[in-house]
Amino acid sequence: MSLVGKPLSPQRRRFLQDSARAAGGCVVAGSVLAYLARDARALPAEALRPPGALPEDDFLGACIRCGLCVRDCPYDTLKLAELGVDAVATGTPYFIARDVPCEMCEDIPCVAACPTGALDKGLQDIDDAKMGVAVLVDQENCLNFLGLRCDVCYRVCPVIDEAITLELSHNNRSGHHAIFAPTVHADRCTGCGVCEKSCVLPEAAIKVLPTRLARGSSAEHYRKGWEEKAEKGGPLVEGIIDLPDRLPGSGADNLAAPGGYEPGYNLPGAGQ
Amino acid sequence: MPVGHEAREVKGWVGAHRFLLMRRFSQVFFLALFLLGPWFGIWIVKGTLAGSLTLDVLPLTDPFILLQGLVAGHWPEMTALIGGLIVLVAYALIGGRVYCSWVCPINPVTDAAHWLHRRLDLPKGWQPKRSTRLWILASVLIVSALTGVIAWELVNPITMLHRGLVFGMGFVWAMVVAIFVFDLFVARHGWCGHICPVGAFYGLIGAKSLLRVSATNRAACDDCMDCYAVCPENQVISPALKGKPGSSPLILSPDCTTCGRCIDVCSVDVFKLTHRFDDAVVAPPDPAAAPRARAARPV
Repeated sequence: MSLVGKPLSPQRRRFLQDSARAAGGCVVAGSVLAYLARDARALPAEALRPPGALPEDDFLGACIRCGLCVRDCPYDTLKLAELGVDAVATGTPYFIARDVPCEMCEDIPCVAACPTGALDKGLQDIDDAKMGVAVLVDQENCLNFLGLRCDVCYRVCPVIDEAITLELSHNNRSGHHAIFAPTVHADRCTGCGVCEKSCVLPEAAIKVLPTRLARGSSAEHYRKGWEEKAEKGGPLVEGIIDLPDRLPGSGADNLAAPGGYEPGYNLPGAGQ
Repeated sequence: MPVGHEAREVKGWVGAHRFLLMRRFSQVFFLALFLLGPWFGIWIVKGTLAGSLTLDVLPLTDPFILLQGLVAGHWPEMTALIGGLIVLVAYALIGGRVYCSWVCPINPVTDAAHWLHRRLDLPKGWQPKRSTRLWILASVLIVSALTGVIAWELVNPITMLHRGLVFGMGFVWAMVVAIFVFDLFVARHGWCGHICPVGAFYGLIGAKSLLRVSATNRAACDDCMDCYAVCPENQVISPALKGKPGSSPLILSPDCTTCGRCIDVCSVDVFKLTHRFDDAVVAPPDPAAAPRARAARPV
C-alpha cells in the first residue's frame, strides 16, 4: 500500500499514540492493582471476621474499612488490620480468638454499626453466627484426651452442651477410667473462640478455624441408609432378603441370633 | 524575588497566608473531630474518612469507595447510600476538590513536598498528562468490577493515613514518605496533580460547583507569575486570568481545588472567592495607570 497520496494527519497520529500510551499504562497499573486484590483475599487462618461477615470474596467488595464495627465492639475484640503489620487486607476488621475472643453480645453491636452490610443485618441471633468452627486440633496434648478432667473449653463455651459436649469413652491406658472427649458440633458452634482463648495449654489444643479449613463436606449423592430407612419406616427396597449378620466368635459360620453374641462367647479382654 | 514576597510586603504575613492558614485549620479541625474519640473519649465523630457516624445520627460515606463497591457487585445498605449521597451533594455544591485542599490528610504532605521543591529549585521532573488520573480512575473501576474487591482501598494513601492516625499506623508512614519523595524528586505535584483517582473523582463531582475562584480584577495583574508558582493545578489559571476581554474571569476547571493560595500570593488582589454566576470583571483602568508589566520571574 502506498503512503503517497493521502497525507496522514499528525493530530490523528498524536491522538493514537497518546491513547495507546495511556491504555498501556492503565493495563500495567490495573494489573498490579488486580494482583493486590487477589492477594488481599488470602485471609490467614487465625484471623476471624466479625459475626455476620459476608463470605470473604463478597466481604472485600462490601467493607469500606471505616472501622465503625471496631468502635462499637464493647470488648475491644475487633481490630482493623494495619498495613504491613497484619497479614489481613489492610483496614478490614478481624480478631484473633487466642488474643481476645468474641463475647457474642446479644444485640450484636458490630453488625448494627456496619453501614454497608458487609456485616449482614440478617444475623438476628448471635447463636447463628458462623465466624469459624472450633476444632480440637491436638488430641495428643489435650488434657481431657489424656484422661484428665480439664473441661475448661466445655465449661466456658457460651453454647455449652450444644456446641461442645463431653463424649464419654473408655480409657484404654489406665483400663478403668473414662475419657471425657470435648467434642465440637459444627452446626451449633459460632466460632467465637472463647474455648481457644481459655485452653489452659501454652498453645491451645482447641482452635477456631475458618469453616473452609475446619470442615469437610459430604458428597451430594451420598445417602445415609439408616436415616432414610428410619424416615421411611421400613426397608428402602421392598422384598430384599435380610441375610443374618456375621457375629464375632469361633468358626466362620457363626450365624446365631441377630443382635447378640453366641451364647458362651467371651469377649477378648473381658474378665479382667 | 521569592514567590509571595510582594504579597507579604503589601498585605503582611498573615494577609498573604490567610487561605493557607484557614486551610491548615480546616485540615486539623476535621482530623481532630475523628481523633477526639480515640484520644480523649469525646465521641463526636466515629469511623474514618471512608465512612463515619457523627453524633450517632449523621452517616457520611466516601462516594468513590461506595461506587467501587457498587461496581464490585455489592449493593450497600441504606445507611451507606444516604451517607454517600450527602457527601456527593455537599461537594457538588461547594466544589469537589475542596475535599483535596481542605480535608484530605495527604494534602499537607504534598504541600510540604512542593514547598521544599520550590525552595530547592528542583526540576519539574516527570509530568504525565493531567488526564492520567482519569485513566487511573477508570482502571480502578474496571479492576473493582473484575475482581469484586474495592480496589483503590488496597493502596489509597488518603484513607490509609487517616485510618493510621485514628486506629493504628502500621507501615503507613512509609507510604507517606514515599509520596513525599515522589512529589519532591520524581514529579512535581505528582500525586495530587496527576495520579490520585480520588481527586479525579471529586473533580468530576464538583464540575458544576457553585463555589469558585474568580480573577475578577485581572486587569490589575502585573504578570509576576506568583499564582502560577503556588497553584497545584496551574493549568486552570490562564483561561480566567489571561482570557480575552469579554471572557469569564471565573476559574471553571474542575481541577481547581479552591485552595485560595492564588488569592494569598497576589499582591494586587486579582483573585477572589465567589460563586459561579458572578462573572463580574473590574473594568480595566485607564491604560496610562495600568501597572507596568515586569519580566517574568526566572524559573
